[in-house]
Amino acid sequence: MTTTTAVDSRWAAVRAGLSRGWIETRLNLTETAYVIGHAIPPVAYVAMLLFMRGITRGKTLPGTHFTYVTMVLPSLLGMTIVYGGLSGPAPSITADREEGTLLRAKATPNGMVGYLVGKIVMFALTTLVSLAAIVVPGIMIVDNLILDVRTWLLLALLFVVGMVSTVPIGVALGSVMKSSLQAVLVPLTCTLIMCASGIFFPITLLPTWLQSLAQAFPFYWVGLGARAAMLPAEMVAVEIGQSWRTVEMFAVLGVWSAIGFLLAPRLLRRMARRQSGSALAKVRQRYTSKGY
Amino acid sequence: MYRSNDTAVVDVRDLRMRYGTKDVLAGVTFSAQRGEVLALLGPNGAGKTTAIEILEGFRVRSAGHVSVLGIDPARGDETWRARIGVVLQSWRDHKFWRVRELLAYQARFYAPFATPEVARPWNVDELLDVVGLSKSAHAKIMTLSGGQRRRLDVAIGIVGRPEIVFFDEPTAGLDPHGRRHFHDLIHQLSDFENTTILMTTHDLDEADKIADRILVLDEGRIVADGSADQLARTLTTTAEVHWTSGGQRHVHAVREGDPSVFVRDLLLNNPHVTELEVRRASLEDTYMALVRRVESGQLPGGGRPDEAAAKDRQVQA
Repeated sequence: MTTTTAVDSRWAAVRAGLSRGWIETRLNLTETAYVIGHAIPPVAYVAMLLFMRGITRGKTLPGTHFTYVTMVLPSLLGMTIVYGGLSGPAPSITADREEGTLLRAKATPNGMVGYLVGKIVMFALTTLVSLAAIVVPGIMIVDNLILDVRTWLLLALLFVVGMVSTVPIGVALGSVMKSSLQAVLVPLTCTLIMCASGIFFPITLLPTWLQSLAQAFPFYWVGLGARAAMLPAEMVAVEIGQSWRTVEMFAVLGVWSAIGFLLAPRLLRRMARRQSGSALAKVRQRYTSKGY
Repeated sequence: MYRSNDTAVVDVRDLRMRYGTKDVLAGVTFSAQRGEVLALLGPNGAGKTTAIEILEGFRVRSAGHVSVLGIDPARGDETWRARIGVVLQSWRDHKFWRVRELLAYQARFYAPFATPEVARPWNVDELLDVVGLSKSAHAKIMTLSGGQRRRLDVAIGIVGRPEIVFFDEPTAGLDPHGRRHFHDLIHQLSDFENTTILMTTHDLDEADKIADRILVLDEGRIVADGSADQLARTLTTTAEVHWTSGGQRHVHAVREGDPSVFVRDLLLNNPHVTELEVRRASLEDTYMALVRRVESGQLPGGGRPDEAAAKDRQVQA
């Protein structure tokens, strides 16, 4: 293979992957089965914001003049970014493996490149749509948010950093899960971690050991970043150390990115190596005999 | 059986595959020439799928020499991958995609691998026409019938204009019409495109219809290699002699030697013989005879030290 062909063919695969990502995004936003899955969280969050605004009217966060709901909206945005990147790919990759999509990619020259690019584009775009579905009604429900150019730039940066630090980990998790049934554990675990990550109430209300645990995961940090972008300075009072800890945030997310980029390609390659027609036939056999 | 040849598209020598203590392939040797249609025939568990997956580069062999288009599949790069076609049996992947959409997506990967000799990929609409899916071009893949899905699988497998195509049990689950269409497609590929085709099947009739050469695999060894006709002639001498005498129909099976000897004796000794017929064993008889002989240890592949395993196999059958 001449080097030119190698480079050309990889670029062709990247372009094919972009078109794949676009097709998959379109399917995710038009096929009923997918649309329901994507619509439930934003609808639930907006309903929750309305409900919280109702029951916390007149009550303020300790040490501030602002309500709970003000703090919850940016936290939800941060959570949506991490949830999309971390828990989305795992079930999606195991399903693709069991349905034969990955084997097709493997049988195609540079097919895995196209597959991965497609996945990343799809998760980025669908997560953006979810964010828009929360933020647009959200800013109409919640008062006292800061919405200037700085806010949107920071949120955009946070989106990119959030995706880069979580999608590779999500891909790695999807590669080690043995079946789609196992892959359901990923979103379940994410939900547990999220509860302790200062999304729905300030993390400082939790016992110290739980605070330390939550700070090991990106949910807390991306949520913190979103609060830093959208909330008045005074609200830093309820955060750990009364600081937005921006440097620490980038450091922790950087570590997650590094781990992800180190693990994901290796685990994905290892998993792809095991794919073959007979491996797929075994899965099919399992489905026909056991039904899952 | 084996003929060393530098122009061979597939060259396999003493291929071995072992899982734990079980030898799935115990020294397989064969080659395929350009444009040849080869059928790997054998009962379930004979090692056909393992062999083809090693050639596809999806499985790493335990020992032996393997080359496909002059390259070891275990070290095949993307350029090699672009020159081979693997027809997968789709199940439910890409179910919401449209037929043409998926084929066009797959085609994009092959464009950089076009050479002055081989224009890659196929024109998508032309290929849809060839496999008979033009009318379903904009249908969602999940709405296709089993036969249509298989035709899409074939189209995806050959969209890069491969020099060799691998099919694993291509017509399993197809109705007679779908089977017929598939056979025509294979002929078209090998005749007009000069594509080498290697397929596995346990259907004798199919191997007989489309293959130039049949390799019979059993217990991880090749027990026969030749055209259907050659196999029928060389591997079994069994023939059935049918005749009517005294208003009754008689049958005699000649298991060894030329049936002419028996017929000559019969005609000399019985002047009332009418409606005389000599039927050669069909390929199916040959195949069954082969598998039986392998099991009873008369052929090299049947050198089974383990009596219990042989019994176990009979129970399974």
